Amino acid sequence: MDWQAFALSLRLATVTTAILLAIAVPLAALLVLGRSRWLAALEALATLPMVLPPTVLGFFLLVLLGPRTAVGRGITALLGHPLAFSFNGLVVGSVIYSLPFAVQPLVAGFAAIDSSLVDAARLLGAGPLRLVSSILVPLARRSLLAAIVLSFLNTIGEFGVVLMLGGDIPGSTRTLSIVLYNQVENFDYAAANRTAAILLGMSILALALIYSKAQKHGVHRA
Amino acid sequence: MLEFSLDARRGSFHLQVDCVFSSDWTVVFGPSGSGKSSLLRLLAGLDRPTHGRIALDKRAFADTAAGLHLPPGRRHTALVAQQPALFPHLSVAANVAYGLRSLNRAARAARVEEMLALAAATDLAGRRPQDLSGGEAQRVALARALAPAPRLLLLDEPFSALDGLASDALLERLQLWLRENQVQAVMATHDVTDALAMGAEVLLLRDGRLTALGPAAEVLAAERERLMVRLRGRRD
Repeated sequence: MDWQAFALSLRLATVTTAILLAIAVPLAALLVLGRSRWLAALEALATLPMVLPPTVLGFFLLVLLGPRTAVGRGITALLGHPLAFSFNGLVVGSVIYSLPFAVQPLVAGFAAIDSSLVDAARLLGAGPLRLVSSILVPLARRSLLAAIVLSFLNTIGEFGVVLMLGGDIPGSTRTLSIVLYNQVENFDYAAANRTAAILLGMSILALALIYSKAQKHGVHRA
Repeated sequence: MLEFSLDARRGSFHLQVDCVFSSDWTVVFGPSGSGKSSLLRLLAGLDRPTHGRIALDKRAFADTAAGLHLPPGRRHTALVAQQPALFPHLSVAANVAYGLRSLNRAARAARVEEMLALAAATDLAGRRPQDLSGGEAQRVALARALAPAPRLLLLDEPFSALDGLASDALLERLQLWLRENQVQAVMATHDVTDALAMGAEVLLLRDGRLTALGPAAEVLAAERERLMVRLRGRRD
């Protein structure tokens, strides 16, 4: 069992999920409450990673973050090393790859909230931040949980983007999915079975933990 | 004094109203679909007019020519609609306190108590909106809207779920409170008895256009006559 890869996968999924929530909650609120005609294009852009093959997304990111582009060269100059083939690079890739899995449940949850509640809060002086924190998020707790679960599990099971962007560097970019791939490639099916079982177990455990918490807090509605 | 000149379109509906409300209590009367709710939403700032200007006591809230559109929470304007829209995850007291962030805890609690007393809803303070009847929820919605001390109160058929006696008693208390606190009120209704009972200034609205503005007895003379004929017909 590769405990290093196990810990790295958990760390990657946790960091990615936290960043995704910080991006997806305001983005979903903007998509639901905003009036600009550009919002449809923004939503399409945020959904794009869902329909793009992961390897294609990984390749684009590899090129973008590499020395061939000004962005990549800028990041290298800023950090002192390229983002590709590093843990931080994986985080960037994972955030982009899992963005639709965080945004879509939140958009659905926020859109399902009665608009008269939003109007009432605005009339009582709530600005965008308070509207999101005191009305949208509490009334869409189930959607928030779905966003957390989907982002976390999607990152845990991610393979194409990780392989393209991170390669296979132990302790830095070798996640459990990469370990599983290596084990199958080496015909080590017994070890592959154990790794697959761990990935499956983590998924089930994450779902059980989060939904049991939802039950405990009486979250039943969207 | 509320002055407005509004031109707004939503789909095929076109609202075009230009008038001044100088009375403390004005009733906007008209059949369903005449534009009453649209007018109140524009005054509250929830919708934007295509063209127009709104000013309360000479202070402009919106002026499309000047690119001015104050957001709803900055107009000192409250709107109570037929749908109470209480926040379901907050208690009644927390709902009423929602617009009182600028007050300290003690002042907030006192204000909540005062407003619930005005709406005869003191005993509902700890309840959840889901546990309230339609009439109770409307009373709480009124208390919540008045709590931040608005200067303009917009009422869109707000007491439809209250029975006649309760509605009359609440309106009487409300009118007294509004006079004491110098709050101007505009109430939309399609019920001619409501409009006549107020004895207020009435704006008659049809198909998004102002057709009359003046004392209730004059503006609603025809409606009053029609009502009397119906009542006599029932008695006979």
